[in-house]
Amino acid sequence: MPIMNEGLLREYEFVTRPGERKHIGEALERADALMQQVAYSLITGAHLEVDRLVKEALGNGYAANTVLDDGLLAGMAIVGVKFRDNIIFVPEVLISARAMKAGMAHIEPILSASGIPPVGTVVMGTVKGDLHDIGKNLCIMMLRGAGFVVHDLGVDTSPAKFVAAVQQHGAQLVGMSALLTTTMPNMGRTISAFEEAGLRDEVRIMVGGAPVTQEFADEMGADGYGENAVECVDKARELLKLLKELQAAKR
Amino acid sequence: MNRSNHSATILGRLSAGEILIADGATGTYLQNRGLEPGGAPEMLNVTKPELIRQMAKDYFDAGADMVLTNSFGGTKFRLRMHGAEERVRELNRLAAEHARSVAPSGKYVVGSVGPTGGMLATLGGDLDANEVYDGFAEQIKALEEGGADAVVIETQFVLDEAKIAIKAARENTKVVVFCSMTFDKGPRGYFTMAGQTPEVAVRELFAAGADVAGTNCGNGIDRMVEIAEKMRAVSDRPLWVKSNAGIPRHVKGQPPLYPENPAYMAERFEKLADLPVNVLGGCCGAGPEHIRALADVVRGRGIRAKAGPSVIGRG
Repeated sequence: MPIMNEGLLREYEFVTRPGERKHIGEALERADALMQQVAYSLITGAHLEVDRLVKEALGNGYAANTVLDDGLLAGMAIVGVKFRDNIIFVPEVLISARAMKAGMAHIEPILSASGIPPVGTVVMGTVKGDLHDIGKNLCIMMLRGAGFVVHDLGVDTSPAKFVAAVQQHGAQLVGMSALLTTTMPNMGRTISAFEEAGLRDEVRIMVGGAPVTQEFADEMGADGYGENAVECVDKARELLKLLKELQAAKR
Repeated sequence: MNRSNHSATILGRLSAGEILIADGATGTYLQNRGLEPGGAPEMLNVTKPELIRQMAKDYFDAGADMVLTNSFGGTKFRLRMHGAEERVRELNRLAAEHARSVAPSGKYVVGSVGPTGGMLATLGGDLDANEVYDGFAEQIKALEEGGADAVVIETQFVLDEAKIAIKAARENTKVVVFCSMTFDKGPRGYFTMAGQTPEVAVRELFAAGADVAGTNCGNGIDRMVEIAEKMRAVSDRPLWVKSNAGIPRHVKGQPPLYPENPAYMAERFEKLADLPVNVLGGCCGAGPEHIRALADVVRGRGIRAKAGPSVIGRG
């Protein structure tokens, strides 16, 4: 159905890049009135409303995947675009994230009971000495929404802890975050720790954080860099594909 | 030490048109001398007091009028991560005492107060505003006890948090209050992480009671010039800029390499002084040699603010 929800229609106007307009527009048109309401409530960060609507939808026989894709993730896609384009900032994203979490609390148990294998497994943390986790938490939320299993190592994560977590969970991807220029070198040290553990070829490593640049990521030997949380999911999918190709070639 | 004595000096000198020189980085100075990236620098106030005093001395010798204390992460919110939540008073007092002990007469000690690292509950995080106020008050009181003439509430990226810290300083101490925020350049221009422009930030910081407002950290001094121009366009009050030395590059097995050398920065410092920005210094990657170049350019060319900034005197 066309976008009938007036609030959502206004929000959609913030999406201006042709490719994104098409992609997000299609998702929103797939959504019925209730899912459009879920998407809009998520964008405005009305977590109690999201909680109520998601519960209602699941109770009325909506599939968990439909609520996730047509409601929550469709809304989150607009949040991501607005964040990247400086229309909204970290507080607004955190408030939408809280709403996302409220919705996911109902959806996650259903999805995990369904036995659908995860898209991939990610180990994620803020590097040693760094206590900033806002960006990392946003990435985790986006990845989980996209079907990844994410093990969150929290803040102040030592290289050894990253390596141990990858071994424990059989993760294919590692995500590292740093906000401080003074802690960025610990990303390079963590990469070295994977080399020393003989695991460097088993994982793809992605990095992000305010002071981190593509150049810095390249110089320290990371496999991927994302400028913001919106790019995280695409980057993760791309690296996972690359890893599978590399491993297939090796065999 | 109290504000009424020192406002007659720091603020008095600023309003007379003098450009004051602050120090360079603390974190990268210490890392270049063996501090592990990510270690708590505040603990060095106890474990390596001679290194902390030497750092202050190096900056005073380079020509700084004021030196920041080694207390950036000295609120309980940050020290908690290192299991030192109970040591706020001790570590901040010591930080101020170390700088004071090597400060020549007529030079100032400025207590460094960094952000909590969290987000206020009203902005989607989990920090309670009253607890944040108490946390900042606890740190700033200890810095004053240790001999700080002023504090700089710095690297702030949330206006509401910065305003709480300003209020905590005003209501609990007599120190001069500098407040400095960090801006990123995005597709629509300069914003803090929470979405404030330099223009909004500078107005609001002064309205909240800051004596001097400005910006620090950032992505290189050319951008700091742009930010300072925006601030100067909307305010005639004293401004502060401490710039880092560019976006660091990774060099395997070594501390990050900051690309902007002292001569490069000095040229831009001159532009900033001409605006005028009334207090100038360096942030990450800028060491004593950068400060020497800065002092040379400001003093060597006798740069003064043509019209002294409007300083709001307070008792």
